[in-house]
Amino acid sequence: MRYAMAIDTLKCVGCSDCVVACQLENNVPIGFCRDWVTETVDGSYPNVEIELRSERCNHCDNSPCVRCCPTGASHIEDGGIVLVTQDKCIGCGACIQSCPYDARYSHPEGYVDKCTFCIHRVRKGEKPACVAVCPTKCMYFGDLDDPNSEITNILKNRKFKALAPEAGTNPHIFYLI
Amino acid sequence: MKEELFVSGRAIPNIDPYLNIWHWQIPLYLFLGGLAAGIMFFAALFTIMGKENEMSTAVKKAPIIAPIALVLGLLALLLDLKHKLYFWQLYTTIRYQSPMSWGAWVLMAITPLSMIWVASYMKELIPGWKWKNSLLDSFEAFIIKYRLWMAWIIIVLSVILGIYTGILLSAFNARPLWNTSILGPLFLVSGMSTGAATILLMSKSHEERRTMSWIDLLLIVVELFFITHLIMGMKAGSQVQIDAAALFLGGEFTAVFWVFVIVLGLVFPAVLEVLERIGYHIPVIIPVILILLGGLMFRFIMVEAGQITRYLY
Repeated sequence: MRYAMAIDTLKCVGCSDCVVACQLENNVPIGFCRDWVTETVDGSYPNVEIELRSERCNHCDNSPCVRCCPTGASHIEDGGIVLVTQDKCIGCGACIQSCPYDARYSHPEGYVDKCTFCIHRVRKGEKPACVAVCPTKCMYFGDLDDPNSEITNILKNRKFKALAPEAGTNPHIFYLI
Repeated sequence: MKEELFVSGRAIPNIDPYLNIWHWQIPLYLFLGGLAAGIMFFAALFTIMGKENEMSTAVKKAPIIAPIALVLGLLALLLDLKHKLYFWQLYTTIRYQSPMSWGAWVLMAITPLSMIWVASYMKELIPGWKWKNSLLDSFEAFIIKYRLWMAWIIIVLSVILGIYTGILLSAFNARPLWNTSILGPLFLVSGMSTGAATILLMSKSHEERRTMSWIDLLLIVVELFFITHLIMGMKAGSQVQIDAAALFLGGEFTAVFWVFVIVLGLVFPAVLEVLERIGYHIPVIIPVILILLGGLMFRFIMVEAGQITRYLY
């Protein structure tokens, strides 16, 4: 079972509903965020292209954050979801240093926090909060190992990219372009 | 024109706009760890070579600095942790892929060993020293008997201590400035150089000073070679590494790096030591302080500059 997310950049309008939903669902402290929206602008008027991306932890296969954690707090759960066991985290910041996507942050309570793919919802069969709330329905979440899942089909039919593939992390968030 | 920005209002403290979660505690610990590693390395080396008496400061006196440096370094590390009450979790597991885990265990081993090393020489350092307890007397006799074994263990641990700090930084592939395997050997040589400089300062024997100054000179040359190698490697790497090297070649760290680390921290002390060997009398405190400060500055610069380099945005 390998969970992944596909986000259609052609449909994203940058409304940041995904950011707000995540904040509410996961009690993210004010001033911090587990997901965010970036806008990349290419060219200059009148030939401008904009790409909007909702970014978060990529739950990488070859995650540098899991590798460098000295206590094993940063670990991979069933389905490839990278999690932090708060009671094992010493707050050393090594995982924050090792993430090429700047996906992690230091929670005010001391441990390191990040997107969890809303594992508490996923285990109940629901979608992560950001995916559930998106008004343009541009986010897809599912099991890459399931040949019939929505995400497997969309990745078969559309062109997609991942962020910083040269970092060698094998991310699980794909942007449909 | 290509422009990339956050539009959802992301401004996480210490992460945006540039990563800055490791502050002064980490470079201070890297320096103290390297210093202790260097001192204990020479103490163990000269013991193994049978030169305890010719190199008596290196073997008997200078190791006093090692436990002090290690304890202060460990304190700095504890201060850096953001979930301090859980620090003991480090010692519930050993994770082979995490250099930080190796470091935690090596420190756990070498700190008491360095204290025992110093304790075993107490009678020679302080005439008239008596242990309060007869158990301590028998422990001391045991240590003195097996000093050569201890020296072998310490020489291995001190090399690991010196090199793992560099390996730790180089394991973070998200920080292009650090992600080079030369960093491990570079930090090791730098640590040994600071250790040799400390021994040089503390020594009163002319012969010992000549040997240590020769060793220090050699270490400085090797360190300069490794730094050249570091920059050449960056320039011949991928775009993110070329950008990282640019920080030292025209970017914001150019002045501090070349002035404080290269010239004042390495080249100038080396020149002073050569002048001393030729016959001019240079007060030894000058090159030693320059080498120590250069080592400290190098680590401060590497930790700060490394956090600025990144793959994205």
